[in-house]
Amino acid sequence: MSFLDFSRITKAYPGVKALSGVSFGVDKGAVHGLMGENGAGKSTLIKILSGDQHADDGEIRIDGKVQAYSSTRDAFDNGVIVIHQELQLVPELTVAENLSLGRFPARAGIIAGRQMLEDVGAKLKSAGIDIDISRKVKTLSIGERQMVEIAKAIMLDARVIALDEPTSSLSSRESEILFALIDRLRGEGKVIIYVSHRLDEVFRLCDSLTVLRDGKLAAHHTSLKGVTRDQVVAEMVGREISDIWGFRPRKAGDIRLKAEGLSGAKLKTPASFEARAGEIVGFFGLIGAGRSELMRLVFGADPRFGGSVTVDGKLVHAADPHDTIRAGIVLCSEDRKHDGIIQGRSIEENINISSRRHHTSFGVLNRASEIATAETFIKKLKVRTPSRKQDIINLSGGNQQKVILGRWLSEQGVRVLIIDEPTRGIDVGAKAEIYELLYQLAEDGMAIVVVSSELPEVMGICDRILVMCGGRVSAEFSRDQFAEKAILAAALPDTKTPDAIAS
Amino acid sequence: MTDQLKKILLGEQGLVVIFIVAFALVSLLVPNFLTDRNMLGLLQSVVTVGIVACTMMFCLAARDFDLSVGSIVAFAGMVAVMASNYTGSILLGLLAAIACGGFVGFINGVVIAKFRINALITTLATMQIVRGLALIASDGRAVGINSPDFYQLALSKLLGIPTPVWVLAVLFCVFGFILNRTVFGKNTLAIGGNPEASRLAGVNVDRTRIWIFALQGVVCGIAGILLASRITSGQPNAAVGLELSVISACVLGGVSLAGGRATMSGVIVGVLIMGIAENAMNLLNIPAFYQYIVRGVILLLAVLLDNLRSSALGRR
Repeated sequence: MSFLDFSRITKAYPGVKALSGVSFGVDKGAVHGLMGENGAGKSTLIKILSGDQHADDGEIRIDGKVQAYSSTRDAFDNGVIVIHQELQLVPELTVAENLSLGRFPARAGIIAGRQMLEDVGAKLKSAGIDIDISRKVKTLSIGERQMVEIAKAIMLDARVIALDEPTSSLSSRESEILFALIDRLRGEGKVIIYVSHRLDEVFRLCDSLTVLRDGKLAAHHTSLKGVTRDQVVAEMVGREISDIWGFRPRKAGDIRLKAEGLSGAKLKTPASFEARAGEIVGFFGLIGAGRSELMRLVFGADPRFGGSVTVDGKLVHAADPHDTIRAGIVLCSEDRKHDGIIQGRSIEENINISSRRHHTSFGVLNRASEIATAETFIKKLKVRTPSRKQDIINLSGGNQQKVILGRWLSEQGVRVLIIDEPTRGIDVGAKAEIYELLYQLAEDGMAIVVVSSELPEVMGICDRILVMCGGRVSAEFSRDQFAEKAILAAALPDTKTPDAIAS
Repeated sequence: MTDQLKKILLGEQGLVVIFIVAFALVSLLVPNFLTDRNMLGLLQSVVTVGIVACTMMFCLAARDFDLSVGSIVAFAGMVAVMASNYTGSILLGLLAAIACGGFVGFINGVVIAKFRINALITTLATMQIVRGLALIASDGRAVGINSPDFYQLALSKLLGIPTPVWVLAVLFCVFGFILNRTVFGKNTLAIGGNPEASRLAGVNVDRTRIWIFALQGVVCGIAGILLASRITSGQPNAAVGLELSVISACVLGGVSLAGGRATMSGVIVGVLIMGIAENAMNLLNIPAFYQYIVRGVILLLAVLLDNLRSSALGRR
């Protein structure tokens, strides 16, 4: 028996079986990787471990003792700490205060400030974490905040620490510091569950690995010796994926979209570009390079200070999504949760929200045609859902993305599709489906603009790449000129080295 | 057994089930409750709240809020009486009242949607401004109705049922249809679910919100006319606190204050539950002071139930 044991964990949500009979064990002093596509059940398993959700069946044992938590607080008290992607710190308080929250050393309700600083300082020193504990959390970088979260786990003498995609917003240098800290915790005999999409990190850091697929245990490796990356990918997806891009050449037609001299509050230097019918144009750059800002200006999501947009030679007059959609431009935003899905409403309504004006008479909806539209796109885009009436919030990221694509594909007369981070947070299988869809749309004559921070992605699927850096378009590459180094160099401001963003 | 019960109570129709059970219990236990006369009285007593709840539902569903409804109802009633007295034409009076109500609502909408002022603050301001206008216009006194035909609006009956109840029923149907079967209704729910995503999906969010408030004003105008007719005068202090009853009824009916969730059937049930509770308490001679407590408790229970239902559905 292992130190931490998951035994026959089963959990169902309305319409979805999130986990069915998952069992595996993790030894003391081990970093255990947990991988799987989105919707495979990783998050659910972590939520059950953290006491946030209850398993319908099965049990978790630590050191042979069955753990039955009624809340996350319970899990805390039993030494189980989960560090989520969204960090849970109070920005206005100092590091020391955050680390003492809930357990302030106090006399008669008055906090013993010096004692708190000493306690926290000593604890962190022994753990090898180097942070100024008197700083307010809001002044820390994301990487430093992550450290504070881990420090919290150390303060609580955690026995089991689960990290959910810890490096997703860290620079490579910050990641290195995190890895060193994880190594140290391993040495102290903690159990660490490491959830990640990134194969290289998992292979570098983990002693053992569990792969989930569709809520079931797909593979459990007690050692990673002799395990290959391709093997793990195959275990995640359930089949071999040889060429995820599946690029195929197309002929570009006439110029569809022409954006000239666009500027706005967040994009000071006027920027211009064009996209042809049947062409997939990629925009690459660092976060904050101005790519999303430029696209929002094209779409009219933000007010324009200057410049013009034409579609098929016709000037798009007004600058509001309401009007640009009618001119044939649509945008899938990068922030799906905030700008894309309508929470609390059904898949059907989320698909029809924009196009429903096409099937109405005097503002009254034609229910039959709305239902038919929803069903068509659920089928066409292979949205995995028990029903069109399902609340969109219950879908996985990839399926939500498909619904948003369905929203735009159900529009009539779309000529320009702008898609910002098309596959962020989307698993390998769904990625390939989305790429294939983009190719089909391009072949049908649409101009497609893809914004992505993943260089392999833009290089894999685009006919042409525009690179943005510091708010201006810094370089252009046609497909036969694609070279990783040159594209990366064009994306970097002079002060940074390619190494700093390679992660 | 308990699982089954839980499923029914927390399901989509849980509120309706509770309503039916409550109605049956009250019918059995409270003498004189289930009589024709009492039923009609009950329905008449919920007319004002019910009418205004129709559009308040849209307001809340779009994540907005309207505190000015009570004042608009009083003001519109005032306008109806004074304008029909002045012109000698009831029809002109009614049109003036509806136009004034709609105008106030339109102003609310423009300030909230275009100038991006918080709806709570905006309508808190117009609530006082409009109440002030009603008091100024009448010099703080009730204004009597000259033409007896005006009374007939509230007194007349069709098939034995008073006209105001018919108006209420028609509005329930109309707004139920608008919510579920029109672009306007669906856009309202979408805006409440996620305003920014709705805008980026091409919904004209500003225009929709202005329309919601303008409609709210118009409907308050109708409610104001019927109320003035029932109390046979324009009263500047009428309908004080109406906004809270209306919002309570909507919340009771499962409308989410966070927006994006509303059903007409729920709101109807919410309005009726409030009406039945009050009616039953009156029949049982429970003093008015205690009635406040009962109303508050009912509201709290309804919200708790809603919360349970949301977590049972795995939302949020």
